[in-house]
Amino acid sequence: MSSTILEMQGITKNFPGVKVLKDVNLAVRSGEIHAICGENGAGKSTLMKVLSGVYPHGSYEGKILLDDREMRFSSIKDSEAEGVVIIHQELALVPHLSVAENIFLGNEVTSGGLIDWHKANAQAATLLERVGLHENPVTLVGHLGVGKQQLIEIAKALSKDVRLLILDEPTAALNDTDSEHLLDLLRQLRSQGITCIIISHKLGEIENIADSTTIIRDGIVVETIDMADPGSTQDRIIRGMVGRDLEHRFPERTPKIGAEVFRVENWTVHHPTQPRTVVENASFGVNAGEIVGIAGLMGAGRTELAMSIFGRSYGRDISGTAYLRGAPVPLRTVDEAIAAGLAYVSEDRKRYGLNLIQDIRTNVTASGLGRISKRGWINGNEEIEVAEGYRRSMNIKTPTVMQIVGNLSGGNQQKVVLSKWLHTAPEVLILDEPTRGIDVGAKYEIYTIINQLADAGKAVVVISSELPELLGICDRIYTLAYGRMTGQLPASDATQERLMELMTIEKTKEAVR
Amino acid sequence: MSAVADLKDLFTRNLRTSGIYIAFVAIVLLFTWLTDGMLLQPTNLTNLVLQFSYVLILALGMIIVIIAGHIDLSVGSVVALTGAVSAVVVIRHGAPWWVGILAALAVGLLVGAWHGFWVAYVGIPAFIVTLAGMLLFRGLTLRVLNNVSLSPFPREYQQVAGGFINGLLGGNGYDVFTLVIGAVAVVAFAYSQWRSRAARLAYKQPVESMGLFVAKIVAVAIVVMAFAWQLAHSRGLPIVLIILAVLILTYQVVTTRTVFGRHVYAIGGNLPAAQLSGVKVKKVNFWIFINMGLLSGVAGAVFSSRSNGAQPGAGNMFELDAIAACFIGGASTTGGVGRVTGAMVGGLVMAVMSNGMQLMGVPQSTQQIIKGLVLLVAVAFDIYNKRRAGAVR
Repeated sequence: MSSTILEMQGITKNFPGVKVLKDVNLAVRSGEIHAICGENGAGKSTLMKVLSGVYPHGSYEGKILLDDREMRFSSIKDSEAEGVVIIHQELALVPHLSVAENIFLGNEVTSGGLIDWHKANAQAATLLERVGLHENPVTLVGHLGVGKQQLIEIAKALSKDVRLLILDEPTAALNDTDSEHLLDLLRQLRSQGITCIIISHKLGEIENIADSTTIIRDGIVVETIDMADPGSTQDRIIRGMVGRDLEHRFPERTPKIGAEVFRVENWTVHHPTQPRTVVENASFGVNAGEIVGIAGLMGAGRTELAMSIFGRSYGRDISGTAYLRGAPVPLRTVDEAIAAGLAYVSEDRKRYGLNLIQDIRTNVTASGLGRISKRGWINGNEEIEVAEGYRRSMNIKTPTVMQIVGNLSGGNQQKVVLSKWLHTAPEVLILDEPTRGIDVGAKYEIYTIINQLADAGKAVVVISSELPELLGICDRIYTLAYGRMTGQLPASDATQERLMELMTIEKTKEAVR
Repeated sequence: MSAVADLKDLFTRNLRTSGIYIAFVAIVLLFTWLTDGMLLQPTNLTNLVLQFSYVLILALGMIIVIIAGHIDLSVGSVVALTGAVSAVVVIRHGAPWWVGILAALAVGLLVGAWHGFWVAYVGIPAFIVTLAGMLLFRGLTLRVLNNVSLSPFPREYQQVAGGFINGLLGGNGYDVFTLVIGAVAVVAFAYSQWRSRAARLAYKQPVESMGLFVAKIVAVAIVVMAFAWQLAHSRGLPIVLIILAVLILTYQVVTTRTVFGRHVYAIGGNLPAAQLSGVKVKKVNFWIFINMGLLSGVAGAVFSSRSNGAQPGAGNMFELDAIAACFIGGASTTGGVGRVTGAMVGGLVMAVMSNGMQLMGVPQSTQQIIKGLVLLVAVAFDIYNKRRAGAVR
């Protein structure tokens, strides 16, 4: 029980402009559940990607020892061959394939070079039994909920004879029942001798299940604590994770809230391909100079709500009314939304926010080309001047606006996206996970920018899954659960617990109340 | 920075864009040597321009299509169709030459609207739409021509691609007008380069060193004047070269200086991001194909003029030459990257190779094999460069 299965020694990993991991040491005992805690951007996921070979040997410094043998994984295939399997936060299942097909994807059960479907389905059924999922192996994965998909991922890992299972925030998108089920399963796997590393933000969960916990902050291991120790409480973990006064993580601001600028009423959005609603009868409003938060778990419909408002960029059969300064506005296209004074900063800046192969200059002006052009002709000099202006005011750390955006760090990329939207001179800014994947220093800068926007009288909506962030910067917080607005709290009254409660109200429960 | 270090930096950092120019110079030198200088003879240079102008015209439209992440496989068929319609109007019905040209352009526009509709508004991939168009418009060409060739065109029509401006300002066997135009082009180039350099300096943007800047302009001046000199003591300035120069200039400006051009790059670079930035993707895609259709019409008119008639099989494989020109010129297969100048040099690489091999009497089969290999190597080089750039990160 006490022998060490995994040792990571002196792991250092750099991304351009950011040192994500600094000389990290991690030791995991055989057959334990080892939790890794840390704020978003602390380097947890990066560490696990180093371990599983997503970042190949050579792209980082340091050593990985598995059973005292040094490992040099050059891909996930290599690590899986050693029984190290990672389940990512974003599930990697193919929705159009069946459960069995997904379980054996890349690892097909063959006889004589052809896939033996009978055998594959039978084996899949056994694996599903082991994870406690009662589904037919030929069911399409797309028809199952997130909780069940998570179990399929675990079944997939089991099919690879896993010895060390890594789960990256496995319960983030799950409701309480599904989470409980998953944790039970992990205990069961532990009793079968499988070692687990679990990354989680849910401290209650960690206290409940982990044997030891490693706390990472800003790319450094703060400490590893034995959870059997009576001193290992949630408070101790929080202290280690934050490592400084909570008050100083967010810049000071005295809100000056004006009249209502933007309001959405009875907003309903249907899934683009499936016959279900993603957002149901949601209503919210935001005032001038106010920062309003929308809290919701993954899959609650946060992004869907924002994107459907922003020029119907998501979903179908959208109904509801949007009001700008009391008057209804049609926001039928992105163009109309921009003209009305809306801006939407996407949660996924690489996919939806930036043209990574172009320079800062073209990205900054992409949404507001009309402001620097006359009758379709771009004023090249003015464009450079505008971009240079944002580079300086936003403190984008690069010598010239001709720099290709793909070469910038996450924080600087996010500043480019913000510049792009500020250049459209919006009145209402919807910021979807504005600090995702950004290091702590840059986060502070982004918060400062958000505060400045509010102080300039803009109406700001921040969507985030990080509750401390919402509590730290918002004036008012709405909660979204399963596509419905379940509550609204002034930030001064809100606590993480209270918000979490509202964020997990299920439809049926609400109907009973 | 010293001039040498500067030059080295320019080559290594911009290998992707400068590589094509180096390759072009190498190919010209190679074939000049292989053909004992025949390649650069005045008559041959004139022929080169006449023979490959329509591929360059098509590449101008194609590069925009490719930057936006699409492809157009139908342009060969459209060249045939537009030429055929023009021939029917002029030869069979006796309309004046300019009606024929207008008819070709109109048909090109209609074809572009057809493709644009399916690609932009129905959402079918351009590969499929234009593959269908390739068959469809070839079939229509056969219908229009009743499966037979039509010729000859009246003399004015032939002038479009076969005519020259010669003797306008006199000269003793050396057309002064051609030389003057060449000189004007050099001065205009130098002036615009100087202005953009001055503007960049004013905004404290990095620029190349003065030495390199002057060297670049001198090199361009020498090439242009040598080219003009050779043309001047052959048959003068080909009209088609004027058409081509105007088009290249126009599209260079459209891709680099207009909102439309910027939107094309945005769509090809990251489609969802472009959509969420307020780019009217459907409209832009529609106009991209309208433009491609119009240029196919221009190429159709030029080609029918040069071949002095319309044939059912005209323009066969033109699409591949145009596409190859773009990719050799550094365009990315995934969209978002590409330049008009690159596509033009890419087209010239193909032209010089074909022409050089024809002069050497290399059999058609070998020519095709070599062209195919060059395309493959060019794109492999591009991918290698991308990976290298990625590794640096």
